[in-house]
Amino acid sequence: MADEQKPGGSEAAPPPGGEAAKEPGKTAVEAPKPAPPKPALPPPKPPAIMVATPWESELARELKESFGEGIGETSTYLGQNFIVAKPGSAIPILEYLKLESDFDYLVDITAVDWPKRADRFDVVYILYSFSRNERVRVKIHIPDGYQPETAVGVHLTADWLEREVMPDEWQGYPLRKDHGILQQDERWVQENLGIESGQ
Amino acid sequence: MPDSTFLDSTELVLNMGPQHPSTHGVLRVILKLDGEKVLGTECVIGYLHRGVEKIAENRTYAQFNPYVDRMDYVAAISNGLGYCLAVEKMLNVEAPPRAQAIRVILTELNRIASHLLWLGTHALDIGAITPVFYCLREREEALKIFEKYCGARLTTHAFRIGGLLYETYDGFEQDIRDFCAMFVPHVDEYEELLTNNRIWIGRLKDVGILNADECKEFGVTGPVLRAAGVKWDLRKAQPYSGYEKYDFEIPTRQNGDTYDRYIVRMQEMRQSVRIMQQAVEAIPEGPIMGKVGKVIKPPVGEAYVSIEAPKGELGYYVVSDGSTQPYRVRVRPPCFVNLQALDRMIRGGLVADVVAVIGTLDIVLGEIDR
Repeated sequence: MADEQKPGGSEAAPPPGGEAAKEPGKTAVEAPKPAPPKPALPPPKPPAIMVATPWESELARELKESFGEGIGETSTYLGQNFIVAKPGSAIPILEYLKLESDFDYLVDITAVDWPKRADRFDVVYILYSFSRNERVRVKIHIPDGYQPETAVGVHLTADWLEREVMPDEWQGYPLRKDHGILQQDERWVQENLGIESGQ
Repeated sequence: MPDSTFLDSTELVLNMGPQHPSTHGVLRVILKLDGEKVLGTECVIGYLHRGVEKIAENRTYAQFNPYVDRMDYVAAISNGLGYCLAVEKMLNVEAPPRAQAIRVILTELNRIASHLLWLGTHALDIGAITPVFYCLREREEALKIFEKYCGARLTTHAFRIGGLLYETYDGFEQDIRDFCAMFVPHVDEYEELLTNNRIWIGRLKDVGILNADECKEFGVTGPVLRAAGVKWDLRKAQPYSGYEKYDFEIPTRQNGDTYDRYIVRMQEMRQSVRIMQQAVEAIPEGPIMGKVGKVIKPPVGEAYVSIEAPKGELGYYVVSDGSTQPYRVRVRPPCFVNLQALDRMIRGGLVADVVAVIGTLDIVLGEIDR
């Protein structure tokens, strides 16, 4: 909307009301219409955040008692419970959940990249308990370069889930947000596949 | 006298795959052998990596939907169902009852198609040539129904976020009824060929045992877990898409060997028929699309939704930043996690068992590599 009002921008693509401007005779007769009142700009939206509610349960209380500072937040969103923990206490929490609360199945480990945040990555452990039929996610926020402890000691399945990566010699981290979708390690592709580019 | 050094048993490294008919795709297994005995294995995966999770971040929610079909391409409908349910969860909408019933029918039909391909190729790996022809013959009937429903046979893109795009065609119900009636005698036929077959039992019994504790430790799900005696199926444990309405059993066995996994899958096909028969008689009338806008923009947040795919728990962890494109999509593939237990299952076994165990895991490399 604001662009259409600018005189300079109308050369390439005249705005719908701009035909009159090409015929000077017409414009001289008709008084230029007053510009319609600009709609008031909506107030800037606050940055949207996940509207999670506190997770009140026996288990959340137990965990807070056992780990105190190690647990930052116990919340629930869309009926799914999650814990935000200090990076160092993730593995003890997984162990506690496994031994004391029967969360004996590590469903998945994954990570989310938030480049603008100081602690850039979320590492997410998704757990399930067969006896409770319940899921819980344990999340930690870690900065770039931080190496979280391995969870293999607690759940064997963590082995592949933690190591699911590109080939050893591959340069770059394709799932990071600052890694373009067309970007690739061209040297690796040339050396190993014998082609100019994988694209 | 032969030189004694030739009688020494030395460790032999044998490369199997990635181009090998019994690895069911481009899986490479490096075997360490002592004679016929397997000392250890190492899997090399990633030959089919397409970066699906990265692609998701560069597509809108609806645009990404067809991509998930290409992961487990023999059970594309299950993949689509999981993804649609995950996004629906974030949007806080539910597919209308009619759409749910049709989804269940198609998903179960796809489960049968997936199990049939598994049975045929597995039997072929073991040395039984006949079943694969029979299995593909019946699978063809299932694929024909998919084709009539949505025009595609394999990567169907049958579901949309919020429900379905296509109404059922005229005669859909009858096709399903006919399929069910036709199919059950055929399962008996396969079982006649295999279940009590001496060679079949000899090759599968007590091979590749994975007990219940090991299954949980490795995060193994699906028929492999149920064959080890754990009565756990997400369709019962955390029902989705109206599965709670249908009466069916969770087949389980106790030994957790290759033979038990075979039995479990055979019984699962019969259960799928039961579900389809119930669902097809009770497809509710009504709309097939829920209240989803043209532009899909889930609120900021995240959700993990999983379903019981033919191979095990298939989960989608979707993170939204409030835009039209997913911020992150993580797929929890059952095959990838199940394959991890391969080493445990065949260590100490024989070379010939490797093929049996890979077959019984029912892996699809499109899903492992993504």
